[in-house]
Amino acid sequence: MSVLEIRDLAVSVAGNQILNGVTLTIRSGEVHAVMGPNGAGKSTLSAAIMGKPGYQVTAGTVTLDGADVLAMRTWQRAVAGLHLVMQYPTEVPGVMLQEVLSEALAARGATKKPLDDLIEAEAERIHFDRELVRRAVNVDFSGGEKKRNETLQMAVLQPKIAILDELDSGLDIDALRDCTKRVEDATKETNLGVLVITHYSKLFDELKPDFVHILAKGKIVKSGGPELADVLERDGYAAFA
Amino acid sequence: MTALTLPTIDEEIWRYSRINELDLLRYRDGKAETVVTGADGIQKGAPGIAMMSDPDVFATINGESPQVTALTTPIGGAHPTMVTVTHRITESGVIARPRLVIDAAENSEIVVVERFISDDDIDSLVLPVLEVHAAQAARVTYLVVNELGLKTWQIGHQMAVGERDSTVRLFTVALGGDYARMRAEVRLVGQGASAEQTALYFADGNQMHDFRTLQVHEAPRTHSDLLFKGAVKDTAKSVYTGLIRIAENAGKSEAFQTNRNLTLSSGAWAESVPNLEIETNDVKCSHASTVGPIDDEQRFYLESRGVPPEVAERLVVFGFFEDVIARLPESALLADVRKGVIEKLGVRA
Repeated sequence: MSVLEIRDLAVSVAGNQILNGVTLTIRSGEVHAVMGPNGAGKSTLSAAIMGKPGYQVTAGTVTLDGADVLAMRTWQRAVAGLHLVMQYPTEVPGVMLQEVLSEALAARGATKKPLDDLIEAEAERIHFDRELVRRAVNVDFSGGEKKRNETLQMAVLQPKIAILDELDSGLDIDALRDCTKRVEDATKETNLGVLVITHYSKLFDELKPDFVHILAKGKIVKSGGPELADVLERDGYAAFA
Repeated sequence: MTALTLPTIDEEIWRYSRINELDLLRYRDGKAETVVTGADGIQKGAPGIAMMSDPDVFATINGESPQVTALTTPIGGAHPTMVTVTHRITESGVIARPRLVIDAAENSEIVVVERFISDDDIDSLVLPVLEVHAAQAARVTYLVVNELGLKTWQIGHQMAVGERDSTVRLFTVALGGDYARMRAEVRLVGQGASAEQTALYFADGNQMHDFRTLQVHEAPRTHSDLLFKGAVKDTAKSVYTGLIRIAENAGKSEAFQTNRNLTLSSGAWAESVPNLEIETNDVKCSHASTVGPIDDEQRFYLESRGVPPEVAERLVVFGFFEDVIARLPESALLADVRKGVIEKLGVRA
């Protein structure tokens, strides 16, 4: 059982305060959805948790099973068990998926053998074109291919907690179903804890949230069960903005 | 040595160079130890073919007493083995003047690798000249690898001429030398001739790599494609200046030129200056040039998967060079090239 605890997290970007004290606790097997309007600070939350340069934590703590995440470098956070599925996965020319995963596993002291077979099996599971496994990461991938690639990496690396930053942006319905189903399966198969950041409840068709939190103006303004997403679907964010 | 006036950095083609540091009086006449393999039946004792139209002072010094290796293919013959020409500079304080001549007859084919090697304590000057002549429909592939030591200077000149429907591919890998410079020129003089110029260079410490390229189109429907990619680290420097010149009679030609540079340390410096001179409208031309550090987003992406920073840097640098390495001719030297890049990055393989 793992716990990611975010306490009173405040973050500024280029001198602008974006998060004003966010508190969330995510345990293994749980799915927490953070929803909010544009500009609420959703992507800032995921970037700050992974330690992206330019995101300044000004107050608060983040711990994973008691270990101080904010004191770790980005790669150490990943090795410790956090995984970020990016909204806009970066193209890395000339670098193959197999190389990235092989190095990422080596840093964890784990060599999954045979890695190629594992990649093949995961690719098939989410209908990711095998040819793309042998191409440079994300280069000239469509939106759906990029998100499938992100999901495949998560599945191979088996993190304790996954942070999905707008998994639903820029991909078609089939890809969304494949990716969300794979994450939902991981919550059951490997007891993955999930922090899913999104605008829309469409994503919840396959990935069922246990908790829904509304982020507005840099704070969690309301938390509840999955029914809160239905309220948002009906009434929008106006009441919370 | 005859009294020759050395150029200065005031001349455009020597701008940014280290020519002002050169004192020819420090060097006496010397020789490279040259070994040629795979050239059975095509190596001729003949001197160079003296086709260099516009030699600079260093090509002239080379021409006073060159160490010539001349390779001549027969008409229509594909030379079955890769020819390797290895020059070793084994003493300090000398000037070496190797001159490689590749004369490919009509519809013949040849692959040549030329290596320049010296130990790190060899303080000498190499003035290599390469002359390539590809007759009608000939196919020449040439790879030069600079494995010179950290005190050795190189000031070189490559000139390739392509006749009708010929294909000339010139590859350069430069990892060595203190100051290592190459003028690399192709002239496409026959209709349908094609040339490809590709380079990988990586300077660290106080090294400097200096490339001046020229793609000249003097016949219709000629095609040239240049891709030079370099990295600089520590306080190393690199210079790339390139010119595409398309003559008025070279309609329907295509010319491309790309130079990209990675600066891996804040003290490292790279200059890139692409140029075009086009005298006819009916052509397709492009040039691109970039200088910059490793992209922060790429670094963050890899690190967010759990890849340590020094490994992420190695992956990105190899990724950067990947398209160049993929173009290099199949050779046992490729493994050495990869090893050389890894050593420069100072990380585990």
